[in-house]
Amino acid sequence: MLKIKNLHVSIEGKEILIGLNLEINAGEVHAIMGPNGTGKSTLASVITGKEGYEVTEGEVIYMGHDLLTLSTEERALEGIFLGFQYPVEIPGVSMINFLRTAINEHRKYKGLDPIGASEFLAKMEEKRKLLEIHDKLTTRSVNEGFSGGEKKRNEIFQMAMLEPKLAILDETDSGLDIDALKVVAKGVNSLKTKDNATLVITHYQRLLDYIIPDFVHVLNNGKIIKSGGKELAFELEEKGYEWLKEV
Amino acid sequence: METVLKEKISELFVKNKFKIFNNDPDEVKALRETAFADFLRLDFPTIKWEAWKNTDLKKVLDRDYNFYFEPAKEHIDIEKVFQCEVPDFDTHIISLYNGWYVYRDKPLTKLPDGTILGSFARAMEEYPEIILKHYNQYAKENKNGLNSLNTAYAQDGIFIYVPDGVETYKTIQMVNILNKEDNLFVQNRNLVIVGKNSKLTLVHCDDSHNHKSSFTNTVTEVFMDEGAKVDHYKLQNLNNITSLINSTFFYQSANSNLTSFAISLNGGLIRNDIRITLDGEGSNADINGLYLVDKEQHVDNQVFVDHAKPGCTSNELFKGILDDQSTAVFNGHILVRKDAQKTNAYQKNRNVLLSDKATVNAKPFLEIYADDVKCSHGATVGQLDDEAMFYIKSRGISEYNAKLLLMYAFAAEVINKITIVPLKDRIDDLVKKRLRGELAICDQCVLHCRNQEKIYDFNIDMSKI
Repeated sequence: MLKIKNLHVSIEGKEILIGLNLEINAGEVHAIMGPNGTGKSTLASVITGKEGYEVTEGEVIYMGHDLLTLSTEERALEGIFLGFQYPVEIPGVSMINFLRTAINEHRKYKGLDPIGASEFLAKMEEKRKLLEIHDKLTTRSVNEGFSGGEKKRNEIFQMAMLEPKLAILDETDSGLDIDALKVVAKGVNSLKTKDNATLVITHYQRLLDYIIPDFVHVLNNGKIIKSGGKELAFELEEKGYEWLKEV
Repeated sequence: METVLKEKISELFVKNKFKIFNNDPDEVKALRETAFADFLRLDFPTIKWEAWKNTDLKKVLDRDYNFYFEPAKEHIDIEKVFQCEVPDFDTHIISLYNGWYVYRDKPLTKLPDGTILGSFARAMEEYPEIILKHYNQYAKENKNGLNSLNTAYAQDGIFIYVPDGVETYKTIQMVNILNKEDNLFVQNRNLVIVGKNSKLTLVHCDDSHNHKSSFTNTVTEVFMDEGAKVDHYKLQNLNNITSLINSTFFYQSANSNLTSFAISLNGGLIRNDIRITLDGEGSNADINGLYLVDKEQHVDNQVFVDHAKPGCTSNELFKGILDDQSTAVFNGHILVRKDAQKTNAYQKNRNVLLSDKATVNAKPFLEIYADDVKCSHGATVGQLDDEAMFYIKSRGISEYNAKLLLMYAFAAEVINKITIVPLKDRIDDLVKKRLRGELAICDQCVLHCRNQEKIYDFNIDMSKI
């Protein structure tokens, strides 16, 4: 599904990713771990096409196509979703309006008619319950006045509504208490199919107790320095990152 | 040259005096003579005047305009133009057509609740005592050439009188339609009097129906007695070569409550001069504005709030979205007089520029002589938020729709303050259409008609975009 080869990325001339390689296949859950400031969020931004990131070398192939030539919205329409580390508040834009617009853009892209009102509401109701989101939140402005936990659940709620092929969850666990974490994990797990994939970015092992990864990668200084199975996460939790840096 | 226009105005005044003075009580005649002398002395405002620094009338005053001193004989079936029903929103429509009250032959309408409304010219004959008490009492505060010219020249307009203790249950909608096959210079004079503890909702629409250039110079005086409540909505949807100067003077007595909106959807040059005198304790004024401009359009909002008495509150919120080479001005002047202790005065002006050629001139000006006051002001000029744009696009929403959502969200802060739900929905709809570039000039005002009524659902019907 996603093949990243020798990716070099700079921000304002400063190299953040230095030859990153990663391959994700359908049906897999990957976790990228690593200390702060090693390029984890940069990777998420580059995959979703945020401005200000310069790819100086390497390639990103998604579903057999060069991903880097697509705009942010085209990538989203092709099935890439980013759960933001810091979801943006958009006063004045209601959640309902926002989601309906997004869903209809996806449908238009697939050549489908706009979603009917009752179908939309039924879908929203179903996903809202899954993520234990208060129905009042859906009538409010996007993320405005939401608590930290509500914002993160709202990201997964949007993911559930949009049903992406590749979901990237950037530090979705930060700022969540254990109950909220369980809800988020339950949401992510229930959305898992053999056709989609998830990339979890985190620097704690905690989330991985609930979202069990097939692969764990350690990112340090702009490249993946170690990959392994889920047991690698436990090892990191126990020993920290220092032992790897020395390798 | 504007001096050509001035000469023309001068000659026409002398020639047509007998028509202009036709219905006037003697006192008004004298007032007109003085005002005319003032106009000759003061002339049209130029950019040399501080209050007109950023609005240059020169170009539009260079055009040739025609003046009419009596209405055309044509038959207008205004009921047909405005035969429209908006559910749950029952209004009284009073219309001006090319500056003339449409049914000026008829006596003023007296509603069962005692409210009187109709032609200003007619009111001069029927209610001279009311006219003399209030006419030009509030507008004289701001002496400039245009106001003086209006006082001298304006023959017709709208007159509304709400007696004490009356809540006009129907919204009054005054519709000003310009539709003439030559360039018109129109001057209207409106007088609105709202009695003690009375309530009035007034929607004032300025619309053009054709693509001729015109210049409208309107003066509206609103007197609010003790405890009166007025909701005033100004909606402007004019063609791109039309100029509109709308000077509105609100005089507020104790415990009165004003909510005012100036919503400029389209127009070549629009200037809203809003002047409020809080001349009684415990009075409150909420002054809001929204301007959506593009191409070469220019919108200038001047708000002057005079806190003359203690314990009053004023709250200003003006927001604008500018595209292309358009320009906007916001000047907010708050005066807190020495005795006006316990004043609360707030002012906020926010602008979004969609193009680097668009310009905003914002100038807040607080003039405070009392010491126990709470005042704040702030003006911002920015672009649409990049982070929010990225967030929206990351969900698959196109750049165009992402912008639309953010622009609408920006405008919604003003729209959401409208408390009459059907009116809010209607204005909301007009704003959405405007942002999408779908607003036609003939989509006039709040209750636009001729079966043009289409429900626009912003809840994103993609097939429309």
